Amino acid sequence: MELKNLTIKDIRGGLMKKEFSAWELTAAHLDKIEKENDEIFAFLHIARDLAISQAKAVDEKIKNGEQIGILEGIPMAVKDNIMVQDLPCTSGSKILQNYIAPYDATVIEKIKGQGAVILGKTNMDEFAMGSSTETSAFGPTRNPRDLRRVPGGSSGGSAAAVAANQCAAALGSDTGGSIRQPACFCGVVGLKPTYGAVSRYGCAAYASSLDQIGPLAKTVADAQIVFDAIRGRDDRDATSVEMPAAKTAKEKYRLGVPKEYFVAGMDPRVESAIKEKISFLEKQGHEIEEVSLPHSEFALACYYIIATSEASANLARYDGMRYGAAKGGDTVTDAYFAARGQGFGAEVRRRIMLGTYVLSAGYYDAYYVRAQKVRSLIKRDFDRALAQVDAIIAPVSPTLPFAIGEKTDDPVQMYLADIFTISVNLAGVPSLAMPCGAADGLPVGLQIIGRHFDESTLFNVGKIIEG
Amino acid sequence: MAGCTHMLSKEETQHIAKLARLGLSEAEIEKYQKDLSAILGYVDKLKSADIGEAAALAHSTAAENVLREDEAILRPEQKTRRLREAFSEQKGGCLKVKAIL
Repeated sequence: MELKNLTIKDIRGGLMKKEFSAWELTAAHLDKIEKENDEIFAFLHIARDLAISQAKAVDEKIKNGEQIGILEGIPMAVKDNIMVQDLPCTSGSKILQNYIAPYDATVIEKIKGQGAVILGKTNMDEFAMGSSTETSAFGPTRNPRDLRRVPGGSSGGSAAAVAANQCAAALGSDTGGSIRQPACFCGVVGLKPTYGAVSRYGCAAYASSLDQIGPLAKTVADAQIVFDAIRGRDDRDATSVEMPAAKTAKEKYRLGVPKEYFVAGMDPRVESAIKEKISFLEKQGHEIEEVSLPHSEFALACYYIIATSEASANLARYDGMRYGAAKGGDTVTDAYFAARGQGFGAEVRRRIMLGTYVLSAGYYDAYYVRAQKVRSLIKRDFDRALAQVDAIIAPVSPTLPFAIGEKTDDPVQMYLADIFTISVNLAGVPSLAMPCGAADGLPVGLQIIGRHFDESTLFNVGKIIEG
Repeated sequence: MAGCTHMLSKEETQHIAKLARLGLSEAEIEKYQKDLSAILGYVDKLKSADIGEAAALAHSTAAENVLREDEAILRPEQKTRRLREAFSEQKGGCLKVKAIL
């Protein structure tokens, strides 16, 4: 069967009209993944048995004329830092190579409860630390739009799986751009929800004040369906809250364009594709105005202090005892050194060390406290700009998807790939990344950034851009 | 990169690796000494931010403390068994570790 551009809405229609069964649909996706995985490597684990049994349950419901849920029979992929009970959950790391998830993450309970079919676990930068999926201990994912290039990261496997029509939608996580940048590089839609909108229970923590789980999908409407399925308060994640009611769509929006985001260093092809979309919106009668986010230049530095500090604490749990294989050692300290030194990859060790350093005696105030103060200024920038406009339109990445291996030797260059996405996590606001054209056959993406818990405006504006 | 460069010494790098409980080879220490110095050089940018009276922000949304009763909840055996199976070594249903003292 033809899987190209099959959306959640198409699948639901097809299942109801009995054009295909959930089993046929699932088997077709699994076959496609198995055929293409050597090349694209979007999946670390293919969950054929689970997927087939879930699909059969959906077919049974349809056969019996039962009411079916919004995600019933929808083939989905899940980033490998989110736990699906009884499936491996490696977070892209050797230290968790043999780890089997003992329970479902809240988001998985939710999508399973609504009938989704889970096809497997997707590749990612190790512990979500990377912008290209090249730091995965199991090898890089390739961009389905151009196999010589990276799919972005860290949710590169999820983005590639959606772009390659290996699933209808996927879950990812975004700490500094890890849903939006791969969505942009692979030409799909991705949402970083407001901090607190979605429970992180069952997701391997990287930087807890920044991490959010969100959807990747083929259309804005599909991203919205998945977001609605996973959001909400959960007692097991104290930061999660119930969302306020969605706002009704406006006829005309006031949209801000941050002047600090259109500066030297951006690929002119990316800039012109985004500006073209902005003039399209203006022609449609929406008000476009310049806004200022004056502390943008400090965002990346601020992020690398806060995120690595939190990571150094969060990753202390991987001790080779509770998690991860023991690697020997006579004393408890030697055992830590061996398990962690051998189990973590180069980028994870780099970030743990940076976090350990900036939190250490004598440097805490100069780095960590200062970064937290800068963070409040970055958040204030967004509060002010978003008091003036309904949403902000900005680039996702300053460049087109780069070549595999191009940036792996220079950590600072790799970090700069996230220059436009990182502020959003620091401010906790939501952002929807979506395709806005192509340059030399490669996708270009833009992001729509909104007020806290105002995802509905992002979806409404996104649908206007989609046309 | 702009700003002053903060060069870490080899001893400092070794000390950080020790604090972070990471067993690294000589060659790795040398590599991280270089990498971390470059990153610290970049993050020095923050020194030029005018922070004025800005308060330190830990969470972007108004997070409240969520409390519950401190009570032991008996979990189904199946669940605790799954958790134990992740341990690298166990004895009598408990996590086995090396002597701490």
